[in-house]
Amino acid sequence: MNEMSPVPESRQDREAKLEGMGCRRKRVEDVRFTQGRGNYVDDLKLPGMLFGDFHRSSYAHARIKSIDTSKARALPGVVAVLTAADLKPLKLDWMPTLAGDVQAVLAGDKVLFQNQEIAFIVATDRYIAADAADLVEVEYEELPVLVDPFKAMLPDAPILREDIADKTEGAHGQRRHPNHIFTWEIGDREATDLAFRNAAVATKHLIPYQRVHPCPLETCQSVASFDKIKGELTLWGTFQAPHVVRTVASILSSIPEHKIHVIAPDIGGGFGNKVGVYPGYVCSIVASIVTGKPVKWVEDRMENLSTTAFARDYHMTAEIAATPQGKVTGLRVHVLADHGAFDACADPSKWPAGFFNIVTGSYDFPVAHVSVDGVYTNKAPGGVAYRCSFRVTEAAYCIERAMDILAAKLGLDPAELRLRNLIKREQFPYLSALGWEYDSGDYHAALNKALDAVSYPALRAEQKAMQAAFQRGETRQLMGIGVSFFTEIVGAGPSKNCDILGIAMFDSAEIRIHPTGAVIARMGTKSQGQAHETTYAQIIASEIGIPAADIMIEEGNTDTAPYGLGTYGSRSTPTAGAATAMACRKIKAKAQMIAAHLLEVHHDDVEFDIDRFVVKGMPDRFKTMKDISWAAYHAPPPGLEPGLEAVSYYDPPNMTFPFGAYICVMDIDVDTGVCTTRRFYALDDCGTRINPMIIEGQVHGGLTEAFAIAMGQEIVYDEIGNVQGASLMDFFLPTAVETPVWETGFTTTPSPHHPIGAKGVGESPNVGGVPAFSNAVNDAFTFLGSQHIAMPHDPWRVWKAAEALGLQG
Amino acid sequence: MKKSPVSMTINGQPVEELVEPRTLLIHFLREQLNLTGAHIGCETSHCGACTIDLDGKSVKSCTIFTLQAEGAHIRTIEGMAAADGTLHALQEAFREKHGLQCGYCTPGMILRAWRLLQENPDPTDAEIRFGIAGNLCRCTGYQNIVAAIKHAAILMAGAQQKEAAE
Ligand code: FES
Ligand code: FES
Repeated sequence: MNEMSPVPESRQDREAKLEGMGCRRKRVEDVRFTQGRGNYVDDLKLPGMLFGDFHRSSYAHARIKSIDTSKARALPGVVAVLTAADLKPLKLDWMPTLAGDVQAVLAGDKVLFQNQEIAFIVATDRYIAADAADLVEVEYEELPVLVDPFKAMLPDAPILREDIADKTEGAHGQRRHPNHIFTWEIGDREATDLAFRNAAVATKHLIPYQRVHPCPLETCQSVASFDKIKGELTLWGTFQAPHVVRTVASILSSIPEHKIHVIAPDIGGGFGNKVGVYPGYVCSIVASIVTGKPVKWVEDRMENLSTTAFARDYHMTAEIAATPQGKVTGLRVHVLADHGAFDACADPSKWPAGFFNIVTGSYDFPVAHVSVDGVYTNKAPGGVAYRCSFRVTEAAYCIERAMDILAAKLGLDPAELRLRNLIKREQFPYLSALGWEYDSGDYHAALNKALDAVSYPALRAEQKAMQAAFQRGETRQLMGIGVSFFTEIVGAGPSKNCDILGIAMFDSAEIRIHPTGAVIARMGTKSQGQAHETTYAQIIASEIGIPAADIMIEEGNTDTAPYGLGTYGSRSTPTAGAATAMACRKIKAKAQMIAAHLLEVHHDDVEFDIDRFVVKGMPDRFKTMKDISWAAYHAPPPGLEPGLEAVSYYDPPNMTFPFGAYICVMDIDVDTGVCTTRRFYALDDCGTRINPMIIEGQVHGGLTEAFAIAMGQEIVYDEIGNVQGASLMDFFLPTAVETPVWETGFTTTPSPHHPIGAKGVGESPNVGGVPAFSNAVNDAFTFLGSQHIAMPHDPWRVWKAAEALGLQG
Repeated sequence: MKKSPVSMTINGQPVEELVEPRTLLIHFLREQLNLTGAHIGCETSHCGACTIDLDGKSVKSCTIFTLQAEGAHIRTIEGMAAADGTLHALQEAFREKHGLQCGYCTPGMILRAWRLLQENPDPTDAEIRFGIAGNLCRCTGYQNIVAAIKHAAILMAGAQQKEAAE
């Protein structure tokens, strides 16, 4: 009781002290990061540590006739050189992928993409390892190269995967051609065909989404240390999903899972790049087992961009059926998906095209049908979710471009077309034609708020005037207004439909309260810049009334953290955030018993109030959480176990569906093709907001990545499969100069099925941002009859598009 | 490979070491001196994660050999906070304005911002954006970095005025 403090603290002060949900709590992580005291993988230094480096393929498709490592081995300082022949007896020359395929760890008989891993050199320092990598000699016999996915299934296409050439059944059903991976179909084909037969208006367009790369500032890296005496492996690495890495490492290496210690320390950005398992990780493990020394592998930027985890490369043909009044009546999409040389997509196992069936977007389509064909080409494997949930940004881009194409055909304003078709508030929970149950939303309110924020009608009037001036030859400037309304699907996911290699995609939290009321909590997720150490503590603070400052969050150590599926697809808040709240509630239930015991009343007679349990109707009879924590260890009520802790494994009942309305205003110089973003307004609804400062930061970052993708990024291959521009010289990462100034707004529609109503936000801005930019560029040219200009919208391509419209001289 | 002697001053401390002539300064700092604050994002002079301050200039330490820094005065992120642990105004400001997420670009960004503010104590947004264009960030979208540097400029000017007044 509070006899000690004569002036009781105000409720506001008590609330503020907690720094709980909804407050702009400063980040805990920043104290070490701003001082250069982060602990990233490459900072790790172990006694006797060796360095690994790869010799990689010069060709995109070639038979390996011989590999000569003798010169490399002879170089002083080289300790070992591994090739497929060395891995084969250990059955480690191939590894399973997350998508049910296999991938060569080191190429044995042939190489299937340029820069594929052929030999792993282990040396006493990284310079010697790099020298030795150059000394490996490989004799090749060149084979015809397949770069264009549209030619993958031609009868005379070169067969890439000889290892599975005559398998007619893949991990996802029938294969029609040796280069075919799967066909994935969803929706009602007949009903959709009927809708198109009856349609007054129909549009059809190929909407490509180029190959890009997540390119976090820190590349992929690992340090493996095998203790021969104990038979234990410790593996530090850039892992967005450390627990899954441990399970996969155990299956691959036959080292029992409890003898593998996987540690993901601080991670310098992930964006999907660090979900998968790469040959570098496997080789560092094998090299440590072989040499008995710790082995570090650090990818360089060129290797990163050209080998680990591309994203997108979806070629989408979208058709919409509609009434003359602009009411959509059907959607049909076919996707040709270029998966590269191995199917290493990082999707939940049963979803070979991720959640692409969110492609009906935010609109009330009565019927829809989607089919996706995945094919092999001589390109790097990957297909990761680059700052989006699985294939959701592809889907959002597809539908948002298709809606604009339809608007142009109908002569309707793009915003107006959307308002006529958005799912209405009273329709939630809404079952989409492709099978998702959208949890909650107020789409009209969000779009109207965004339109108001930018004074949309005035913008359209200005654009009209500018177009007239352009046509009179008075200006060479055009103006584009890009509207995008997106629905994300995140928080994978319910065990009924989501697993990775058979492991259900739950997530977890374990919370321990110490006698003094200080807390340590551990989660199965792993932050890569999202500030979990800050935000999870805010959830706990609000739930159980202990100040966030007294709560330490730990992730990434598989020995101590409960099993979880990791951080990607904006899943941390929807899954581990929910687990955190549920674990708190278990603790609270016990705390209530203890409080009642201390206050000598029945437990039904006490209630929780901010940071304490109070006797109902008697606000000055209470026990604070601090009192209760002490009592839990000092004098627990008879019959109750001592201690105060809980674990929760949360299997979400459904995904969450964040949404938003983005508007981009672009000025385009027709003579140079230079596009300048005049204004970008992003309204996000991510449900309950845990830390607005961090949400805004996530939105800024995601929008900047969207800007990069829409306006310049592409991993290009020439016709013989040489990867062009896999360096920061060529691959577009915007600097502070090109990056637009972001305006943000929000609405709040809590998720009805999430314990705290939060939906997740990290990836929304990428999902909604890309179409907003691309729609803006396209919108500038629509009045001249242009239907679709493909990304990326760099000045050269925009200039070319203008030329194709007859605007250049 | 034969090693050569090299000496320089880093964060006020004299350093004398032997290095291979081909060792890049970033590897010398990180691996030989255990100053792991400066990071590697590309090793091709594009990203700025390895930025340090060398004789009054921001330098991408992956761009020069250690031997080229003979006799130089170098400042790294480890030398920004005061000896008693008090954070530098820039470190405070980056935290205050949420100017970092994963933290990987942050040491280089702060060192670059420090030099920028030495040269231009009261920069406009556009001057800041131009001034940090050699440093890439993949997480923040720069907006809060710009705000942080502006905020630091105010804090630093305030500290100077206070000093002058005393
Ligand atoms: S590591 Fe030096 S500029 Fe990128
Ligand atoms: S904070 Fe991650 S790269 Fe800048």
